[in-house]
Amino acid sequence: MTRKLKTGELELRVLRYNPEIDDAPHWEEYRVHYEPMDRVLDALHKVKWFEDGSLTFRRSCAHGICGSDAMVINGVNRLACKVLVKDLKHPITVEPLRGLPVEKDLLVNMEGFFDQFKKVMPYLVNDEPVPAGERLQSPEERERFDDTTKCILCAACTTSCPIFWSDGSYFGPAAIVNAHRFVFDSRDRAGDERLRILGQKAGAFKCRTTFNCTDACPRGIHVTRAIQEVKREVLDRSI
Amino acid sequence: MAVAERARPATKRPPGGSDINLWTWFFMRISGIVLLFLVLGHFTIVHLMGGGINRVNFAFVSGRWSSPFWQTWDWTMLFLGMLHGANGMKVIIDDYVRRPGARVALKSTLYVMTFVLILLGTLIILTFDPTKGRSAVLGGIAG
Repeated sequence: MTRKLKTGELELRVLRYNPEIDDAPHWEEYRVHYEPMDRVLDALHKVKWFEDGSLTFRRSCAHGICGSDAMVINGVNRLACKVLVKDLKHPITVEPLRGLPVEKDLLVNMEGFFDQFKKVMPYLVNDEPVPAGERLQSPEERERFDDTTKCILCAACTTSCPIFWSDGSYFGPAAIVNAHRFVFDSRDRAGDERLRILGQKAGAFKCRTTFNCTDACPRGIHVTRAIQEVKREVLDRSI
Repeated sequence: MAVAERARPATKRPPGGSDINLWTWFFMRISGIVLLFLVLGHFTIVHLMGGGINRVNFAFVSGRWSSPFWQTWDWTMLFLGMLHGANGMKVIIDDYVRRPGARVALKSTLYVMTFVLILLGTLIILTFDPTKGRSAVLGGIAG
């Protein structure tokens, strides 16, 4: 039976996998006590600290800033540190992110994700003489790419994308969002080069606008809109 | 987010260039809009107005295709519809068929079918002769 939890004991189902002993991932169930304001990360901590120390997952700041603990919670990509257990349906299921190789339990190998991120030159390029002060821009110019500065590279968007699942060569939403952040930055001078990279087969035009990425982003970035803006920019600068 | 700087030569070449990914994406948007009007117009005129589908017979089609306006309308609908649909299928094959051999086989079949259907449709629309068609149909019925 599905019900909303408020306090007490919760059932946590974790998709576990240890490549040294398991042939395939399998579900394990834990019952943990929770407080009204506990998050899924707290529940995982309770399992790891008091029930089974071998449970493996990433987390760092634990407050929605570092992006380490993205995982599939009740079938949806979320940060474990930003989801309260009382807001979830029972039992709570936790799986590793999809589309990336599982190292152990909830820990996935992020190398492929960061390789795609690096391809879009995610840094400011400006070879003009360095000014004495700051490189100024107007509030309007800053506003143009404000939304995409919020990315924390948690990979929740990219690993919710069905195109990324089926074709790992696709740059993925996170890389395109980070390209958007610089393409529309008035101080940057490598927009054309970046857009040429994004115009490749594995680039922005591989996006099928399923909006999974927008739904998954824990920072509320309008990911699909950013990708569409990049596509239009490629078109605008080509005609 | 970390912001690094590095010196690099400025690039002047337009992004994308003649990149097929950009132009197929643009074609899908334009053809989609045009098809919306063509198909809805076709549906309204042929299936709803003036007695609807019941009046559509050999004579009705013959009358329509004697006019260059309707020939152009139907051929544009055929051409854009086939290319739009074929490109959609190609995208699905690219996205989900991982085996190289299967991709080549499916895409080759798709391209050949698209070409043949466009050619066949074009021939019918442009060379349609109601007299020959009618005699052939009647001959077929009589035989």
